[in-house]
Amino acid sequence: MKWFSLKKREEIPAKKAWLIRIVAVVLSVLCAGLVILLLGFHPFVTFGEIIKGALGSKIRLTQTVLKAVPLTITTLGIIIAFKMKFWNIGGEGQIMMGALAASVVALNFPDMPRGLLLLCMGIAAVIGGGLWAFIPAFFKAKMGTNETIFTLMLNYLAIKFVTYLQYGPWRDPGSKGFPKVADFTQNAVLPNVFGLHIGWIIALLLTVAIFLFMNYTKKGYEVSVVGESIDTARYAGMNIQSIIITAMLISGGLCGLTGMIQASAIEKTLTYSLSAGMGFTAIITAWLSRLNALASLFVCIAFAVLLQGGAYIQISMQIPAAVADMIQGILLFFVLSSEFFLQYKVSFHFKKAKGVA
Amino acid sequence: MRKTKKVLSVLLVMAFAAAILFTGCGGGTGKTDEATTVGFIYTSSKTDGGYSQAQHNGTMAVEKYFGKKIKTIVAENVAEEKQAVKSTAVNMIDQGAKIIIGTSFGFMDALDELATEYPDVTFLHFSGYKMNDKNFSNYFGAMEEPRYLSGMIAGLMTKTNKLGYVAAYPYTEVQIGINAFALGAQSVNPDVTVSVVYINSWNDPANEKAAAESLLAQGCDIITQHCNSAGPQLAAQEAGAYAVGYNLDNSQVAPKSFLTAPVWHHEKYLIPTIEKIIDGTYVPESYYGTMKDGYVGLAPMTSLVPDDVKKKVEAVQEQMVAGTFSVFVGPIKDNQGNIVVKEGETLDRAGIWKMEYLVQGVTGRDN
Repeated sequence: MKWFSLKKREEIPAKKAWLIRIVAVVLSVLCAGLVILLLGFHPFVTFGEIIKGALGSKIRLTQTVLKAVPLTITTLGIIIAFKMKFWNIGGEGQIMMGALAASVVALNFPDMPRGLLLLCMGIAAVIGGGLWAFIPAFFKAKMGTNETIFTLMLNYLAIKFVTYLQYGPWRDPGSKGFPKVADFTQNAVLPNVFGLHIGWIIALLLTVAIFLFMNYTKKGYEVSVVGESIDTARYAGMNIQSIIITAMLISGGLCGLTGMIQASAIEKTLTYSLSAGMGFTAIITAWLSRLNALASLFVCIAFAVLLQGGAYIQISMQIPAAVADMIQGILLFFVLSSEFFLQYKVSFHFKKAKGVA
Repeated sequence: MRKTKKVLSVLLVMAFAAAILFTGCGGGTGKTDEATTVGFIYTSSKTDGGYSQAQHNGTMAVEKYFGKKIKTIVAENVAEEKQAVKSTAVNMIDQGAKIIIGTSFGFMDALDELATEYPDVTFLHFSGYKMNDKNFSNYFGAMEEPRYLSGMIAGLMTKTNKLGYVAAYPYTEVQIGINAFALGAQSVNPDVTVSVVYINSWNDPANEKAAAESLLAQGCDIITQHCNSAGPQLAAQEAGAYAVGYNLDNSQVAPKSFLTAPVWHHEKYLIPTIEKIIDGTYVPESYYGTMKDGYVGLAPMTSLVPDDVKKKVEAVQEQMVAGTFSVFVGPIKDNQGNIVVKEGETLDRAGIWKMEYLVQGVTGRDN
């Protein structure tokens, strides 16, 4: 006997939608607060410290933006794929391959003029990430393979391949046996603008560009149509294979560019861990922004505030890392489940409406 | 990896909750104006049962010594990548840290960059080789000395004459330890061989244990390690074999296998150095603490070690503490048969840290 049932909602009034979201945020704050209290910390102080830790000074703001930049660009890439209902779980791998391609350029042409070298690295990264996304896109378009598994597996291939390079043929002979790729020359490092690497400008520009692409271009529209219904797209005479492949080249290319930015501006070399789970985090941020490029900018900044604030309270309040992660987890859990309640109506069938377990 | 970590952290949080409630430590905010803030960055948890726990023991000794004169802040589980290290250190500096202590080799390049960006902050780096002449120095210890002693114990106690070594990376520091252990064992038992498995990680408990199990299956009856966890010691215990640990006295963790362990006493370096930084008399140096300095040592040998073995080991230990015993004395051959240290030659620190070979009787492979 089922004691509850799910029904997909038709359309939900904007007012009610926002109410559900606000309730979710309030609940998550309450729940996280309770956990913080249980652990012996003051909830309001902790939340205050998270905000202060992310925005309270120029140093902290810089750290927040540094975390938001790669997340934003990766999220844009994921949005394009998801809009098409192509479940690109392969952001990690595309980031790695982008970083790898950029590193091939950076390590082989260390003395190229800075601007030209960086441009070549960027192009290489977009191609590298794009090609890594092209493989599953090609097989999906031609043979209807499952892209979720395909892209997921390609992550491990990419990461393990870079690990192999780092431990094997690319190991810096000057590192005394430690598995590390040689550092880039200064020419291959992105310049700073206002005390921050130029990635933040790239992220802003790309956000606008992808927003325009998705909403005001024919190709962008076609991507949405393929996502809504392949049959509709076919009736309209669209070349579905070409749309899937083009969109995935852009999606993977953006992830690849993230890899180049992280390798160039942050690590200043190639490391197998530089994707740092961003390909997965971006899936969350893409959902939270409801696949809207402009919204994703704000979601990613909010997420970066949480990341930096969480890192900060570990140090300022000596809260264990696990607790900071848990606060993030609780917030995400509630906000993501509110999206579920926006799409489905849950009705309970109790004999007596009493005691919800 | 990160996903698993997140799931684990949720599970662990109850344990943390209990721990925090019982110890009643609630984020000390007792700031005094004169206290110098010192930030410690660990690569794993401060209760990892190995490397970082040994580091944290040093930190606690420092806290005890300085009392209210310093305030320590700690960051755990910081990844060996620039973004993570720099972000952590910058958050510490933002909290007023004047001294940043990075305790993992992979933090080196990030600390190097930070030392240039923050000239008012002093950076101390454990196990690296980079430094400058103003605010960045490195420190390490002659771990080859206690490793040699632990090798003697293994050489005297083995029945199969096969010793197993679970090692992190084929990196100089690790090779030195393997060679010292092998030479110690061979000094008392010329027939002994050492099989090395590299797990390509400093801290991977499951893999560490698996590597130890594969060594035990090959007939090794004493296991030692250059990696974080107690996994190899537990694997030895399950197989009825013996183990020499690393970093910590784990006699309580694996009571049926644990013989001893080469250990660190980080406070022997940190206390005088932090004192100098506070006094303004600090000059960057590349510190290399020996058994004579008390910076490295051998954990007490457990009751599993027979008395006659203890006596032989203690005789050499006394010479080391007196500073009259060298580990790498020629002639030494590598495992290809080439003479790497000539007759009559003794390797000093610089010579030791050029080591890129394994000595005769040692075989290495990746896991």
